[in-house]
Amino acid sequence: MTAVAGPATPFALVRSFQESGQWEPVLLWLIVLLPLLGFAINGVLALRAAGRSAAALRAGHADEPFPGGARPWTHTLPSWVGPGVMLVAFVLALVNFAGLWGADLHEPVVRRYWSWIATGTLRIDAALQLDHLSMVMLLVVTGVGFLIHVFSVGYMKDDPGYPRYFAYLNLFVFFMLVLVLGAGYAMMFVGWEGVGLCSYLLIGYWFRDREKSDAGKKAFIVNRIGDFGFLLAMFLLFRGFGTLDFVPIFAGAESELVYGGFGVTVITLLLFLGAVGKSAQVPLHVWLPDAMAGPTPVSALIHAATMVTAGVYLVARSSVLYALAPTSQAVVAGIGVVTALFAATVALKQYDIKKVLAYSTVSQLGFMFLGAGVGAFTASVFHLVTHAFFKALLFLGAGAVIHSMHQALHHSKDDRDPQDMRNMGGLKKRMPVTWAVMGIATLAIAGVWPFAGFFSKDEIIWYTAAWAGAESNPYRGLYTLYWGAALATALLTAFYMARLMIMTFHGASRAGEGGKRLREAPPVMTVPLLILAFLTVAGGWINVPDALQGSFMGLFGFLPGEWLHHWLEPVTAAAKEIQVSGFGEPAHIAPLGGGEFFWALVSTAAALAVVLAATAVLRRRAYVSADKDAGPRGRLALALYNKWYFDEFYDRCIVRPLLAGSRWCWKVIDTVIIDGIVNFAGNFTRLAGWITSFFQTGQVNTYAFVFTLGVLFVLGATVFRGLMP
Amino acid sequence: MTDLLNSFGYEAWILHALVWGPVAGMLHVLAAPKDRAKHIAFRWSAVLFVVSLGLWWAFDPSGGFAFRSSVPWIRSWGAEYALGLDGISLFMVLLTTFMTPIAILGSFKYVQSRRRAFYALMLLLETGVVGVFLSMDLLLFYVFFELTLVPMYFIVGIWGGTRRIYAAVKFFIYTAVGSLLMLVAILYIYFSSGADSFAYDAFLAADLTLTEQLWLFAAFALAFGIKVPVFPFHTWLPDAHVEAPTPGSVILAAVLLKMGAYGFLRLLLPFFPHAVQHPTVVTVMMTLGVVGIIYAAWVAAVQPDAKKLVAYTSVAHMGFVVIGVFALTVNGLQGGLVVMISHGVSTGTLFLLLGMMYERRKTRLIQDFGGIARVAPFFATAFVITALASIGLPGTSGFVGEFLALLGAFETHATAAVIAALGVIFAAYYMLPMVQRILFNELSEPENRTFPDLSRREKVILTPLVALMIWIGVHPTPFLDRMGPSVDRVLERVEGARTGFASLTPELGVRLEGSIPESED
Repeated sequence: MTAVAGPATPFALVRSFQESGQWEPVLLWLIVLLPLLGFAINGVLALRAAGRSAAALRAGHADEPFPGGARPWTHTLPSWVGPGVMLVAFVLALVNFAGLWGADLHEPVVRRYWSWIATGTLRIDAALQLDHLSMVMLLVVTGVGFLIHVFSVGYMKDDPGYPRYFAYLNLFVFFMLVLVLGAGYAMMFVGWEGVGLCSYLLIGYWFRDREKSDAGKKAFIVNRIGDFGFLLAMFLLFRGFGTLDFVPIFAGAESELVYGGFGVTVITLLLFLGAVGKSAQVPLHVWLPDAMAGPTPVSALIHAATMVTAGVYLVARSSVLYALAPTSQAVVAGIGVVTALFAATVALKQYDIKKVLAYSTVSQLGFMFLGAGVGAFTASVFHLVTHAFFKALLFLGAGAVIHSMHQALHHSKDDRDPQDMRNMGGLKKRMPVTWAVMGIATLAIAGVWPFAGFFSKDEIIWYTAAWAGAESNPYRGLYTLYWGAALATALLTAFYMARLMIMTFHGASRAGEGGKRLREAPPVMTVPLLILAFLTVAGGWINVPDALQGSFMGLFGFLPGEWLHHWLEPVTAAAKEIQVSGFGEPAHIAPLGGGEFFWALVSTAAALAVVLAATAVLRRRAYVSADKDAGPRGRLALALYNKWYFDEFYDRCIVRPLLAGSRWCWKVIDTVIIDGIVNFAGNFTRLAGWITSFFQTGQVNTYAFVFTLGVLFVLGATVFRGLMP
Repeated sequence: MTDLLNSFGYEAWILHALVWGPVAGMLHVLAAPKDRAKHIAFRWSAVLFVVSLGLWWAFDPSGGFAFRSSVPWIRSWGAEYALGLDGISLFMVLLTTFMTPIAILGSFKYVQSRRRAFYALMLLLETGVVGVFLSMDLLLFYVFFELTLVPMYFIVGIWGGTRRIYAAVKFFIYTAVGSLLMLVAILYIYFSSGADSFAYDAFLAADLTLTEQLWLFAAFALAFGIKVPVFPFHTWLPDAHVEAPTPGSVILAAVLLKMGAYGFLRLLLPFFPHAVQHPTVVTVMMTLGVVGIIYAAWVAAVQPDAKKLVAYTSVAHMGFVVIGVFALTVNGLQGGLVVMISHGVSTGTLFLLLGMMYERRKTRLIQDFGGIARVAPFFATAFVITALASIGLPGTSGFVGEFLALLGAFETHATAAVIAALGVIFAAYYMLPMVQRILFNELSEPENRTFPDLSRREKVILTPLVALMIWIGVHPTPFLDRMGPSVDRVLERVEGARTGFASLTPELGVRLEGSIPESED
């Protein structure tokens, strides 16, 4: 450290770490604080701007956002502050990444700032922890976050709440960084609920719309169900370990907890309940599709790339605990694969472009949990990373489409839904860049070689197969089932994504008059798309499996094999060891025969075949615009279109009974029973009082006041007398 | 800071000043012209707050009760005017001196009739509450406890809403019944201890059988349970809140309810250490706490009147205090105390905000609002932050308290804590719909289009409150450190009795010899 006094460039800093072998995180606190600073600045601007438009509203002016025409400074400054703090944070993250790469570090670096909650037995510090796993998350959050901030500058340009939008977005990043960098479960929980808050605020960003503010509320409440599990898990961990910090818990887990025991199983299942809420897994997935009510870049950042993957991060972070609880692992993988399959079926029949992507996200998150559940923690984090690239790209691409559709329909006074794919079609000619990048993302998510999604998804599927073959795995049959379901889901994914591309970009335009006004997004939006497209192509190369390395599928070995796997080893090695000692070594042959290379080849060929076949078939279908379309017919199609009636079921079985029960408590228990008794007693006393009132003047007020004065007088006199010698 | 305070002889006069200062202010208000009343009352309470802040530095947490002084009061009974302060009462006193000027400032527009009397009563209320928190003599405690009833009765009964008389009488009767039982219990201990003294320490030293403890516990617990309020003795609270004028509601929620919980900590636990560990007692109290959390949350969720909704949330919050206290663990007790502070600040603020809404629109029905965030962004921001603090979002005061209370309860009563933790979900279930229906959605009512945003005075009121919610949420250590040793002493007292309890024969009524440690100084 001493070597880098004076004006050191980041590179000099990095070099000095690499030379000394010693490593200290650089300005870790500042990375977290920068977005908070952005929030503060944008928040002040937002209040100013909102105060001005409120004054205009009170004065009876129309809802015209900028009466003067030009955007005021409160609406231009956030364009620099919002993405600016993200860029600096990202650069700092890169500096730290380089330093960590050079350093030979096996233990997390923990930085304690102040004692947050300390009682006699409990001690929680406001502390951050940097290790290889949080480094990956840090890069994704700041990197993808920065791109989405830049995109937002174009997307939200004309919105009257522009500074408020950036304030919320910056605040979200702050909490997300606390989540991934927190040095214990309690700190993580701060970020965990904080991102939930920002998600709530951003889903309901256009709060004038009842449906949108409802969606925000639903997200918050459903998330709290998960948080309940997280809380209880923390209580159990505290009971077992006397601390909530990661380092001592994971170090002591193997000695404190019995392999497969009840304690660790309950802890991990409760943590998983938290993950199910945050990462929208069945049965708590219902909030995520509604969350699409928020601005589209928000969907990209929060509801695709970062926040919803927090559950996966939680499981990966707790890998040691999960490895000790094979039953919980089977549950995690099971919920994951059921969610993946279920959501993929729903995505087949949605017409809203964002709804398709929302269910696709739910489905991909299911894949990540499948990976974590079968012990392939690296693969699951790997998929988290590539998914952040290609799903952010898909959402932002969809955002560009919606932006263009909205303006086109708005100009031609067409009140049709700009998000309904039935109203689109033929956009390829009008928006070639968007079409191209979304095409790349589609191939990636479908799992076509050599795009990012192929490597990560294939690794999860392969590990499922491999652990299904481990000799002492108690859930061999179940794992085999998971493997089959995962393969089927991959094919469904290829199909619904091809459908999305065809309906949006191909065929004739169904946008009517407005169709002629459709045009490509401005560079401030397309440049982030292109960067993400590059990452979507190349992002998978960071972890090319050794089995493919020697062949053409290993890209002729120009990159190191299994880089991410080695990178994460300090974090995941302990879990792997426990799992091998419990399950035995993973097999090299899948349940139906064939090795990793064979199945990789099969799955990419199948995915490509489905994409091509779907394109060929759907291309010929004549879509009609939403107002002329009768909607899905047939029981199955309707069930898919209505998302398997989950919302209706919850409404009838939980929401309405809860409200009715609440009303009953109020009207019957409180009003009739308790107050009935009280009033009866009161009336009885009144009767007695009426009789005794003949002896008294009945002026309660006088009595009480005289009583008070008397007491004060006596007290005062006593004190006075006591103080006198 | 401490040296500076010592140079004023701060320790010698501060507690007396806090008790008698408001009375002096009251007399000043009564003597002043009525247009000046509010300003005079505000200045007195503000000065008292500033003076009381010195306690933050002057109080040494490690040394038990501080600043003790006593003057014989009724010699023949052995009653004394005795005051003292420890880490538990410290925060209750500061909460009172902090919230009183805020409540007074918040009533500047609300109260238009009989202003002199109103502000005099507000100051009298402060004397009563501070007296409760500082008394080291049980008779004095009782007098102050009763004294608070009178001003509150008039504040609700005179300046209240349409059903004010019903609410005021209900409030008075409910709480008076409880406190009468407490008086009986106090007298019982007084006579059975044989010390001819109402001093706190003499009561600690009283040698009581388990049966006696249980009966006395019941009497005290009823008095305090009504005040807290604990389900099912809570129905006076929503009525009182709905009818009370804004400052009355603020003080009621922020401070008066705390007297009950304070009684649990100060009297119930140390006086009846065997009774509070009796399995039946613990089960009953835990059950009532948990039922309060869940039940009140449900009832709150369906209230059409915003003020009544918030009143019910008070019951839910105080349920966390009850389970925290009766968990009898360090984390539980500290959590309970933090919930008390946090609830005082956040619920007090909610009532202020609802009062501001009422001043503007003359209605409290949630359905009459909607879209307020568009016309009053500052108001909406304060409202959202306060609501989040109320439902315990991490980073706000509510989380620290609820987390510790639940954690502490989980250590000894896992099932109760698990059910109580469901309250975290139901908190979102009652609070967010209200926030949405008031602040968000379309601005449909034309009257709301002219809803003024916060005035400067209102910003001055709300800023310190919001800052405090976030400060306690981010850095509660200064609070926890100051209350820690006092909480430990309460627990030591209870645990000291635990050894005696184990050797107790099954029949009730056996003398517990040598099980109660010497009274602490």
